[in-house]
Amino acid sequence: MLEIKNLHVKLEEEDKQILKGVDLTVEAGKVHAIMGPNGSGKSTLSYVLSGRDGYEVTEGAATLDGTDLLELEPEERAAAGLFLAFQYPVEIPGVGNMTFLRTAVNAQRKARGQDELSATEFLKVIREKAKALKIDAEMLKRPVNVGFSGGEKKRNEILQMAMLEPKMCILDETDSGLDVDAMKLVADGVNALRDEGRAFLVITHYQRLLDHIKPDVVHIMSDGRIVKTGGPELALEVETNGYADFLEEA
Amino acid sequence: MSALPKAKLDATQARLAALSAPEAPGWTGPARNAALERVETLGLPAPRDEYWRFTRPASLVQAEAPAAEVYTSSDTPIFDGIDRVKLVFVDGVFDAGASDDPALAGVTIERLQAAQTTDIHWARDLYGTLEARGQTPVARPLAALNTAFATDGVLIHVTGRAERPVSLIYLHESETSDAYLHHVVKLEAGAEMTLLENGPGAARMNMVMEVELADRAAFHHVRAQGRDHQRRAATHVFARLGSESTFKSFTVTMNGVMTRNECVLELTGDNATAHVAGAALGDGDFHHDDTVFVTHDAVNCESRQVFKKVLRNGATGVFQGKILVKPGAQKTDGYQISQSLLLDGDSQFLAKPELEIYADDVACSHGSTSGAIDETGLFYLRSRGIPEGPATDLLTLAFLAEAVQEIEDGALQEEVLDRLRGWLERRRH
Ligand SMILES: Nc1ncnc2c1ncn2[C@@H]1O[C@H](COP(=O)(O)OP(=O)(O)OP(=O)(O)O)[C@@H](O)[C@H]1O
Ligand SMILES: [Mg+2]
Repeated sequence: MLEIKNLHVKLEEEDKQILKGVDLTVEAGKVHAIMGPNGSGKSTLSYVLSGRDGYEVTEGAATLDGTDLLELEPEERAAAGLFLAFQYPVEIPGVGNMTFLRTAVNAQRKARGQDELSATEFLKVIREKAKALKIDAEMLKRPVNVGFSGGEKKRNEILQMAMLEPKMCILDETDSGLDVDAMKLVADGVNALRDEGRAFLVITHYQRLLDHIKPDVVHIMSDGRIVKTGGPELALEVETNGYADFLEEA
Repeated sequence: MSALPKAKLDATQARLAALSAPEAPGWTGPARNAALERVETLGLPAPRDEYWRFTRPASLVQAEAPAAEVYTSSDTPIFDGIDRVKLVFVDGVFDAGASDDPALAGVTIERLQAAQTTDIHWARDLYGTLEARGQTPVARPLAALNTAFATDGVLIHVTGRAERPVSLIYLHESETSDAYLHHVVKLEAGAEMTLLENGPGAARMNMVMEVELADRAAFHHVRAQGRDHQRRAATHVFARLGSESTFKSFTVTMNGVMTRNECVLELTGDNATAHVAGAALGDGDFHHDDTVFVTHDAVNCESRQVFKKVLRNGATGVFQGKILVKPGAQKTDGYQISQSLLLDGDSQFLAKPELEIYADDVACSHGSTSGAIDETGLFYLRSRGIPEGPATDLLTLAFLAEAVQEIEDGALQEEVLDRLRGWLERRRH
């Protein structure tokens, strides 16, 4: 589904290389996890895939089901089925959460040639999905992420994912800042979406999330490269020994 | 008049020479004469005047109105969906055929032109009075000029709760029209009304509205200034508030090569509330100036000024806002915010927020900012599939929201939002 080949990325404004040849393939139906020390380039990878400004791809390619992602505008990537749950969800004062979600859902439907959802249809779906994530009606009315607690913001990301039903979901540290119960809610939300046509790339620092969302493959990222790929046991290794072993290997 | 600097004197005389007073001013005669004296003493605004530092007065002062092309649009006019009593003026001239019968329970509506010749009239003590009070501490000569030469306007006396809004519609059909309209609104104790205004009104419009609110009265005002690109306007709203009264005024301005909107509010009764807000959107040849002066002269009053401007392609926005808290006006709650969203590097926003406080137990705050679209927010919206155009509009409407929310009535708010969305959408192609 997602194929990243030899991806090199530098900052646009500075002469600083951040990704130094990332190779990664995520097949449909699978969950891949990426772990790696702070500053190794995990978020940068997720931003570059979703089309944020400020980065320059100097080499390599990234495709989603064969479509060249790097050629597309951010909204086109979203319409193609890519979704990023942000490490730091953005506050948007003045734009109601509900308006935002409805605009997003309908924009994607339009881009795919589907009819827009009516207000009532939309309301029905969102109520149900919000309830599962314990997001109350009041939070839906508030401006996007404004005044939300850290955990509420993360749950709001998962709500967006559930509403948009993307096929490739990237979760950047969605577990950070979540209490034990919220982590369970989020994991349930993700697991409910798991199916053969959908894949996940879960960026995390902690084994605990992976207890709930069982990964098929675990990658270790260091200094802008994937330095090790293995099964779920790799995450356990990190948990006990840290990254030192992998860094030496690299 | 001879005490004025030569250039100012010449400009003022040239303007006065081109105007003629109504033949039968009736009871407005003395007020008009006094206003003319004010104009002669003060002189009309000139480029060096401190109060006109950010706005060039020449095109508003010169004897002939600069030509303004008539804008035609197939869009339904604003407030079309609102049940209201309509009074139509075309280039400043009342159009009886296009207007409704001004019958409205609790309200009497008359035209200045006809009413000024009656023997006794309630507006006699008000016409030009609030305007004259508003000349200190800062002169507003264009308003005095209006009092002296207004050709028409409406006199609205509200004794109860008006069940429908009164809607003044200003059409613009002549490319060189120069209109002087003067309205007086008096709300008796506990009375309530909504006044709507829309349209450019003329190539150049000089409008004065004086609003007197008795105790517990409530006045709601929503105005849309008309989309003609080349139109010019100098407007003044003067209001005096009695105890526990409420004044709320909102103006939306889209396009217009030159607009100066002054609002002069005086809170004279305890526990009164005065809100004045505006949303201005300009693209290219657009100069919009909001000048507000709020005087607190009573205890426990609240005032709010909320002005937002969206500017692109070299448009200019100006805000001059002052809160004056007089001695003894304790427990004053004054708020003032003026912000601009600059959609490109060519546009500019000039602001002069001022506080002058002579009481010790007050809470006043003011702020002024100027900025571009938040790139991070924009990326977030786009990453959810919302294309750049609609995402920018969403953020722009969010920026305007604080001002638009000052409109209390939901249906009126929606009418305004609809126009704002339309303006933004038209600029996407
Ligand atoms: N816009 C930027 N300006 C300057 N430096 C940047 C920018 N974006 C990324 N970097 C740098 O690139 C490196 C990788 O950052 P990135 O956020 O991708 O790391 P990460 O692996 O997600 O880290 P963490 O685990 O702390 O979230 C860091 O050194 C970071 O400081
Ligand atoms: Mg990160």
